[in-house]
Amino acid sequence: MQCIIVDDEAAARTILRKLASNNENLEVQAEFSNAIQAIKHLNQNEVELIFLDIHMPDFNGFDFIQTIKNPPKIILSTSDRNFAIEAFEYDCIVDYLVKPIVQDRFDKAIKKALNFSPSEISETTSTEKVEANPKDSGNDLYVNIDRRLIKIDIPTIYLIEARGDYILIKTSGKNYTVHSTMKKIEDKLPDSLFLKIHRSFIINVDKIIDIEDNSVLIEKDVIPVSRSNRPELMKRLNLL
Amino acid sequence: MEEKPNYSYISQLSGGDKDFEEQLLDVVRLELPQEIENYKNHLETDNFMRAGDDVHKIKHKISILGLEKSYQVAIDHEDNLREGVVNDDLYQRFEEILNAMTTFIQKA
Repeated sequence: MQCIIVDDEAAARTILRKLASNNENLEVQAEFSNAIQAIKHLNQNEVELIFLDIHMPDFNGFDFIQTIKNPPKIILSTSDRNFAIEAFEYDCIVDYLVKPIVQDRFDKAIKKALNFSPSEISETTSTEKVEANPKDSGNDLYVNIDRRLIKIDIPTIYLIEARGDYILIKTSGKNYTVHSTMKKIEDKLPDSLFLKIHRSFIINVDKIIDIEDNSVLIEKDVIPVSRSNRPELMKRLNLL
Repeated sequence: MEEKPNYSYISQLSGGDKDFEEQLLDVVRLELPQEIENYKNHLETDNFMRAGDDVHKIKHKISILGLEKSYQVAIDHEDNLREGVVNDDLYQRFEEILNAMTTFIQKA
């Protein structure tokens, strides 16, 4: 099986490569330290199996699965047992390896992958529905940073990214990290300009430079588009 | 600390492949100090969520260096940090683990 490794930790990638080299059924095509690079590779190459770390900063393994079209078989690797239940909500996930991974357990997972015939892949994670409430509160947004209320000119915002308990607001001039949620800011932004294209990303549709399969180039950022949000994005484009 | 860093997991994984052992240790030598530095910086700036992420990564290094009991300390410390809590006892025990690992990889 042609496989790739996606893990932000070099030690984990080194170990997975070693384990894979000891298994005659596997050929490692490439390894990636972040999900965006892996998505680009998947768009251009035939991959049968992904070893995927769940816990990656900013863009975790589940975000990754939701982003890719027709996901291949996936074996999750993690130091955290708590994600096991969520893992079984995805039909493409074959097995769940807890680090530190040993050869016997790894080989067992590969055996499962070889015999695994994915059923109709369904994504059971819910996606928030954007209410069509008008939000005509002017062009300014005030954010609280270090007890100061800072004014941001809404049309200059091109991207909002979820960062744990914070959100990162990117404008053409400056970036702001604010203690808030995606839901709260989404409610403050005009629907005519902004669109949630992924659980972790809201974009200003006017600032899109180009769209390639399941990613959007906006300013210098390449942002993933989840499968469930793609139809809404396509509807918003003035397509020729 | 009751236990010491050791080669048990690395040896089991390598099956005697010394080149691989050295390669993996090189990666740990490179990554661990950076992860520890990130952890300390995030603690200093009260960014406990990020500090929890750092402990999560270090946790894997703890298991690579065969520290089975210390692994649980890291789990508890990570959980606390994610809830915005720095438990003094866990913090101290985690410091000891970091020191033991740092000394071990420098000599390895």
